[in-house]
Amino acid sequence: MSKDWPLWEVFVRSKGGLSHRHVGSVHAPDAEIAVRHARDTYTRRMEGVSLWVVPSAQIIASDPAEDGPMFEPAEDKIYRHPTFYNIPDGISHI
Amino acid sequence: MPSLPPIRPEDEAVAKVRGNTGAFDAPPVAEEDRVRFDYLLRLGDDSLILGQRLSEYCGHAPSVEVDLSLANMGLDLIGQATHFLEYASKVEGAGRDGDALAFRRDVLDFRNCWLVEQPNGDFAQTMARQFLFSTWQKLLFGQLTASADEMIAAIAAKAVKEVTYHEELSAEWVIRLGDGTDESRRRMKEGLDWNWRFIPELFEMDEIAAEMTSRGIGADVGSFREEYDRKVRAVIEQATLEVPSDQRPILGGRRGHHSENLGHILAPMQYLQRTYPDATW
Repeated sequence: MSKDWPLWEVFVRSKGGLSHRHVGSVHAPDAEIAVRHARDTYTRRMEGVSLWVVPSAQIIASDPAEDGPMFEPAEDKIYRHPTFYNIPDGISHI
Repeated sequence: MPSLPPIRPEDEAVAKVRGNTGAFDAPPVAEEDRVRFDYLLRLGDDSLILGQRLSEYCGHAPSVEVDLSLANMGLDLIGQATHFLEYASKVEGAGRDGDALAFRRDVLDFRNCWLVEQPNGDFAQTMARQFLFSTWQKLLFGQLTASADEMIAAIAAKAVKEVTYHEELSAEWVIRLGDGTDESRRRMKEGLDWNWRFIPELFEMDEIAAEMTSRGIGADVGSFREEYDRKVRAVIEQATLEVPSDQRPILGGRRGHHSENLGHILAPMQYLQRTYPDATW
């Protein structure tokens, strides 16, 4: 049955102030049921305070065949990482 | 139906010492507490039996997402049952705890309504049963949050949020299956027809329910009958189905008269504790 249902990507905000993060996907016949399925599948252990679902078909993805031009040029540009700063203790979400 | 344990010689000795007072297993309970105990069994057994029914779906639902939803609802209900039955055991004061009430009581001592022991049937029948029950249970717990019994009020306040979700989810499915394909529509219609005759029992006011209401402890179920009918009708209409015609009501669960289904639920549920009492792992 589920193979006939469209796929939805699920995003969960773990607590106020943090951004929604992709956690997985669910099958559901429509958006409202998708939110409920996402709730039961991904937040039953208190993982979140807010949920988004997005039709998977609406996600525009980069082309894996284009990985080289897309991502490799960044590999040797270590100076773009902010690794030369000291991060104060107690900053957990960075 | 699970068989009763055999009467051992030492049990007979105890019975002789106590005399024929009807207090073989337990010291007499004050009449006031006996009524409260019975009322708590009704609340706890409804949740326990429906929770057990839903757990039968584990690994069998139409999709893994639905599987999780049904198991989550089942666990919510088992949690409610744990609270109600633990409290019932304290009110009874007979030295048996909530687990003993759940796993070592015989079928005739269960006080759940007929609706919750109905077979799962197909997914539509399961959702129809859930919708008809959760809509009622939400109104019930809503009232019980104001119970004069603080423990009942506290359990109801926690449970009403869970049940609100059960009602919403099952209503969504009633609407989608009713207003779905020819097959899903036929199945939902049959699911509602099957469960319809068990609604009147939910609103039955017998002596125990009436006494609990008059003491401000129990809910006055009659007071939300109209609201229940209105909610149920609205969802069925949104599902583009016809409201089933009333059938001859089936009553008696609250007094221990059950369908043959309940014994079949209890047998696997109680097997372990009856075979290996006090087993732990």
